[in-house]
Amino acid sequence: MVPQPIASQTTTTRSLISVIGASSVGTLIEWYDFYIFGSLASVLASKFFPEANPTAAFLSTLATFAAGFVVRPFGALFFGRLGDMIGRKYTFMVTLLLMGGATFAIGLVPGYATIGFLAPVLVLLLRLLQGLALGGEYGGAATYVAEHAPAHQRGYWTSWIQTTATAGLFVSLLVIMGTRLALTKEAFDDWGWRVPFWASVMMVAVSYLIRRNMSESPLFAKAKAEGKTATNPLKESFGNRYNVKFVLLALFGATMGQGVIFYTGQFYALSFIEKIGHVDKMQTDGLMTIALLMGTPFFVFFGWLSDKIGRKGIMMTGMLLAVLAYRPIYQRMYEAMSLQNRTEQPDKTTRKNTQTPDPVIGGATVQTQTVQRTYTDGTMATEVTTTKQLADATQGELGPPVTTVKETITLNSSDRWTLIWLVFAQVLLVTMVYGPIAAFLVELFPTRIRYTSMSLPYHIGNGVFGGLMPAVATYLATNANNANATAKQAGLAAPYAAPYLEGLWYPIAVAAVCFVIGLLYINGNDKRGS
Amino acid sequence: MNALKKYLGIAWLALAALVGYFGIMDFGLPKLGTGKTDDLVFGIIILFILMPIIVGGLVTFGWFALQGDYDE
Repeated sequence: MVPQPIASQTTTTRSLISVIGASSVGTLIEWYDFYIFGSLASVLASKFFPEANPTAAFLSTLATFAAGFVVRPFGALFFGRLGDMIGRKYTFMVTLLLMGGATFAIGLVPGYATIGFLAPVLVLLLRLLQGLALGGEYGGAATYVAEHAPAHQRGYWTSWIQTTATAGLFVSLLVIMGTRLALTKEAFDDWGWRVPFWASVMMVAVSYLIRRNMSESPLFAKAKAEGKTATNPLKESFGNRYNVKFVLLALFGATMGQGVIFYTGQFYALSFIEKIGHVDKMQTDGLMTIALLMGTPFFVFFGWLSDKIGRKGIMMTGMLLAVLAYRPIYQRMYEAMSLQNRTEQPDKTTRKNTQTPDPVIGGATVQTQTVQRTYTDGTMATEVTTTKQLADATQGELGPPVTTVKETITLNSSDRWTLIWLVFAQVLLVTMVYGPIAAFLVELFPTRIRYTSMSLPYHIGNGVFGGLMPAVATYLATNANNANATAKQAGLAAPYAAPYLEGLWYPIAVAAVCFVIGLLYINGNDKRGS
Repeated sequence: MNALKKYLGIAWLALAALVGYFGIMDFGLPKLGTGKTDDLVFGIIILFILMPIIVGGLVTFGWFALQGDYDE
């Protein structure tokens, strides 16, 4: 069970930097395109899905999110095959244009209120195209860089590609925050959310021009010149038992755990702060941005370290730490956001009542009560209670008044930094499992079928296992909340002491299984540069 | 170590069966019958995407392990 060696390259450091730059910028933009959809999930839910139930609308968007991830493996197969047959360079230029076009088009789709059911259908289709493009991008970029890098520095150089996944999220948060700051809340909710989608076109154009001038990977060019490229990469990759066992090992011993750790640290953390903690959106984006910025250099550090001490030990340590630390981390996050142990300053509490005509139902009114509370530690909470008071309910034409309560918390500096450090700890775990993985995957497969063979386990692990993380975790937490509510109604003790932690069982279980498989089955001789 | 890898092949096969059972009976099928659109989408993803990949992949991996494909 020996990973395939890659011939050492003689590419100079200077040309390597340009290779890394061109590859990384394009991959970063693809991640950016992919993430703005997730980062704007709440707004998109209100625009493209019926909003009878906010949780249902949110879940619908998450399902769309998952659909994007589910097609990624198909993108990996389709573009992986192309990349192994016609070349890495042309293939990941196609994926870049496909991604950019789909992202721009999402920004143009009219809302559900304008074109009805066609709106979510169009968004879903464009989302599928995004997933398809991303499925082809990563394997190409990682392979392209690895095939330029010297064998003993492969972990270091490919780790730059690994930073793009987090940097893409970072840039997406920055662009969204900038757009929110530049516009009023009403303008952002009305049309401003489309700006981050439109902005993608400029970035893709620049990246396309950079990539167009790059040369083909030297290893692939050599294989092609010698007539040694694969004629049927799919058959060679997945019709060959010897290779399939490595594909399965990569999936169950590395990428599956990496995927759930990646999405827990970056997306579930964000969703947890926003949905469970009710922390203000701008504050959430801001603290996530700082934590990501602090954590990103560690991708390169762990990539570099993997060249020195091996990939396996670093990745397995990251997985084990995640299994052990997730529940304590999230419990502490919950405590940092809770209002329970804070002292309110009643003299600073303000109340404001407004009554406006309902813009949808003629003759009806909307009553809004806004209560702002200030706490001694500097935390502030805003509770907005909206009651849709019907004008003439006695005639039975309109239903009873509906009341919704929305709470938004703005944390004090101390608790805000507590959250930043706790998210940073999770990003650090991400860098441990994710930093060395490109080099690990590249070294597992031979040049002629590398693009296809490494792309599939990566996108199943990262896309399917990781991409479904928010939806499965939300489902588990909702189930726990419902069980507690049912027990309370029946006068019984709540079965879940901390229902907000229940969603974590998914990443913990997946990472634990991955850790055992990786520890026992992956050959420790994965450091090929010596 | 090789013996442990082989014996654990049985554990992966058992895990595949366990995940398959709970994934289908507790997680996937109940979602299809609720009448809600988002539950339907979620149930379909679980039953037709996630389950075949996890169960099929784990069965194959377990079988390979049991056959000694991962021996040193």
